[in-house]
Amino acid sequence: TSRAPKKQILKSSNDNYCNSSDSDLELSTVRHQPEGLEQLQAQTKFTKKELQSLYRGFKNECPSGLVDEETFKTIYSQFFPQGDATTYAHFLFNAFDLDRNGSIRFEDFVIGLSVLLRGSVTEKLNWAFNLYDINKDGYITKEEMLLIMKSIYDMMGRYTYPSVRDEAPSEHVEKFFQKMDRNRDGVVTIEEFIETCQKDEEVTRHTWDQ
Amino acid sequence: MAAGVATWLPFARAAAVGWLPLAKKIMPKPPVDKKSRNDEILFVNVSGLRFQTWKNTLDRYPDTLLGSSEKEFFYNEDTQEYFFDRDPEMFRHILNFYRTGKLHYPRQECIQAFDEELAFYGIVPDIIGDCCMEEYRDRKKENQERLAEDTEAENATDTPLPPHSTSRERLWRAFENPHTSTMALVFYYVTGFFIAVSVIANVVETVPCRPPKGSKKDLPCGEKYTLAFFCMDTACVLIFTFEYLMRLFAAPSRCKFMRSVMSVIDVVAIMPYYIGLVMPENEDVSGAFVTLRVFRVFRIFKFSRHSQGLRILGYTLKSCASELGFLLFSLTMAIIIFATVMFYAEKGTKGTNFTSIPASFWYTIVTMTTLGYGDMVPNTIAGKIFGSICSLSGVLVIALPVPVIVSNFSRIYHQNQRADKMRAQQKVRLARIRLAKKGTTNAFLHYKEEGGFQDRDSDNALCLKNRSSFEHQHHHLLHCLEKTTNHEFTDELTFSEMCMTESVGYRTSRSTSISSQQGVSTSCCPRRGKRRAIRLANSTVSVSRGSIQELDTLQVHKTSAGPQSRSSLNARTEDLKLNCEDRDFTAAIISIPTPPANTPDESLPPSPAIPGILRNSRSTFFTHETVKISSL
Repeated sequence: TSRAPKKQILKSSNDNYCNSSDSDLELSTVRHQPEGLEQLQAQTKFTKKELQSLYRGFKNECPSGLVDEETFKTIYSQFFPQGDATTYAHFLFNAFDLDRNGSIRFEDFVIGLSVLLRGSVTEKLNWAFNLYDINKDGYITKEEMLLIMKSIYDMMGRYTYPSVRDEAPSEHVEKFFQKMDRNRDGVVTIEEFIETCQKDEEVTRHTWDQ
Repeated sequence: MAAGVATWLPFARAAAVGWLPLAKKIMPKPPVDKKSRNDEILFVNVSGLRFQTWKNTLDRYPDTLLGSSEKEFFYNEDTQEYFFDRDPEMFRHILNFYRTGKLHYPRQECIQAFDEELAFYGIVPDIIGDCCMEEYRDRKKENQERLAEDTEAENATDTPLPPHSTSRERLWRAFENPHTSTMALVFYYVTGFFIAVSVIANVVETVPCRPPKGSKKDLPCGEKYTLAFFCMDTACVLIFTFEYLMRLFAAPSRCKFMRSVMSVIDVVAIMPYYIGLVMPENEDVSGAFVTLRVFRVFRIFKFSRHSQGLRILGYTLKSCASELGFLLFSLTMAIIIFATVMFYAEKGTKGTNFTSIPASFWYTIVTMTTLGYGDMVPNTIAGKIFGSICSLSGVLVIALPVPVIVSNFSRIYHQNQRADKMRAQQKVRLARIRLAKKGTTNAFLHYKEEGGFQDRDSDNALCLKNRSSFEHQHHHLLHCLEKTTNHEFTDELTFSEMCMTESVGYRTSRSTSISSQQGVSTSCCPRRGKRRAIRLANSTVSVSRGSIQELDTLQVHKTSAGPQSRSSLNARTEDLKLNCEDRDFTAAIISIPTPPANTPDESLPPSPAIPGILRNSRSTFFTHETVKISSL
């Protein structure tokens, strides 16, 4: 898709006070302005009002227009006070950050949301697959799934009932692969994934009626 | 580009007519301004204060929020104005920037608030006008200093040790922070005591004691009670050596440790003793040996580990190194000049004390520092004149760098005091944070215990239970996570209880639905694989009020429900009425009211919560929640 050039105002980074107490403080911001409303409307399934509202919230929290990974992790961790959500937030961040440049812009954010909220079943499954596929090579391996699983269990924290055993994530991964990996080749491809999920009653029952 | 330049552009372009006759090639077509509109007055409403300005004024700076299409995100169709929910007082300054091209810093405002406003409107602080730039920078520097200290105080090593630290790490920590354990504290005081003993012994052994019988001369105590002093010295040195070796062993980076000032002082403090042991009782070298004993006085510097003030002093001197250097240099210059002058002035006098220029140095120093011992005085008239000039200038030269040093010391001292206060408050703060965290968890557990997930056909009001929609959604999120992993959240108390009674297979009373599912963990998802059924045979935590006009809090949920959760992401408004019927628990905490018919007033779609939680204007509980969360 052709995008209008983004306006980016980049200045030198903030100098640490300790390093240069005497020299001028480098006052700087990295800023990002999003594309116009019309373009975003075309790219997503949100209405103008919805985009406006989303942007207002986004801008309020991130005046610079970009969310970096640390901020994202901090924010996401606040929802899971008992556990450690940083690893999972990392994977989530990569799933949102489409062009892998280390920060989420408003466009990335809104496009991701559009898929998750308004996309078709296939699109949403695609998104989930993209989340699990850590290295984005088109295959979910057991190791990738194990990492994801561990990060999810990490969010539970220590005080759970029953307490999380160390093997719980790997058992979970085994079950997942048993179900998803049709040809038993050790990896789950996007087709296997979508096919299996679509056959799953739970998935289809409530996603057919859109 | 500056405002002025933009305004003059049409003029410059018009003047390009002058090139037409001379042009070698055909001139390019002028750009067609597709959306050229006549200049119009825009209305900007900032939290109720209405500003009006020409559109051109805002267009002067196209890389800011107001000058670009970014402001369209804030356009309110109904009132035909741009609405910003920000500080109206600050906006005045921002708008003045567009009008005049110069950004001024309002002195009474907080520097951080000002910076945030600038960041929001996309204005880089570099363009603050010269009139206000200095003040801005000073305040900013001060603020950053304070923040740096705060973060330092937060990362203070009073935090509990990581659970798997080696004995070496623990030892190092005990040395660096004596208050962490009683043993360390004891050791700290013992070493302090021995340093004091050693220093006092050094001092006392030179005091003349009564001579032993049969001798007239007064003996210094050191020589009278040689054995006693020797034993004391040995004991002190043993302790110091032991301490030094332990520190060396525990140090994470031994090379760095050995180069640090404190360790050098330690070494210098104990070396004379060992050298004295090794050296033979030779007349020639005993002179050198005596000199070595002088180094024993360095033990007093070991006190700097025990005294904050000493450290501050040392740090101040280090940071004022340049001023001190200047002082020294100018003094040296003056000394040499005046000594030379005095020497030549007094050369003629008979029996004069000014025998050479180096000898005159002593006179110059004594005079310049206004000591005036009087052991060397000029006799000639010229000598007296120059002597007086010397003492007058001495006062000036010394007085100049002193205020700088004093102000540095004062600043560092105050910083240190603030750091101490922060450390003291930090415990309180940590406790508060932990309480807030527990509060959130407890709210969730409480909700569960009260059977929040039970099937409810009757009282809708009970489902609400005085919780904001935010809380509902947050609890839903936590619940989804529980379902994904098929484990439940508990609190510390129940967890420890359970650990003890696990073997018995005792189950605490929990909400029935969940416990019943616990037992079938293996069988409950035979065909589901990863995705746990979020289906509950009981109610949903469907989001709060029946008519959700604007669900501002949006929590996008990825994993917990996986594919089947997608369904209710498309839930329509009617689905989200507060019904406690059988529904799938889906991750849909987002409800985007589709038809405006359902929404009486301005239905604004959910705003993102991934970057943060937006205000739900209707929920009075909300601010309380934000405070809770943000304090995490």
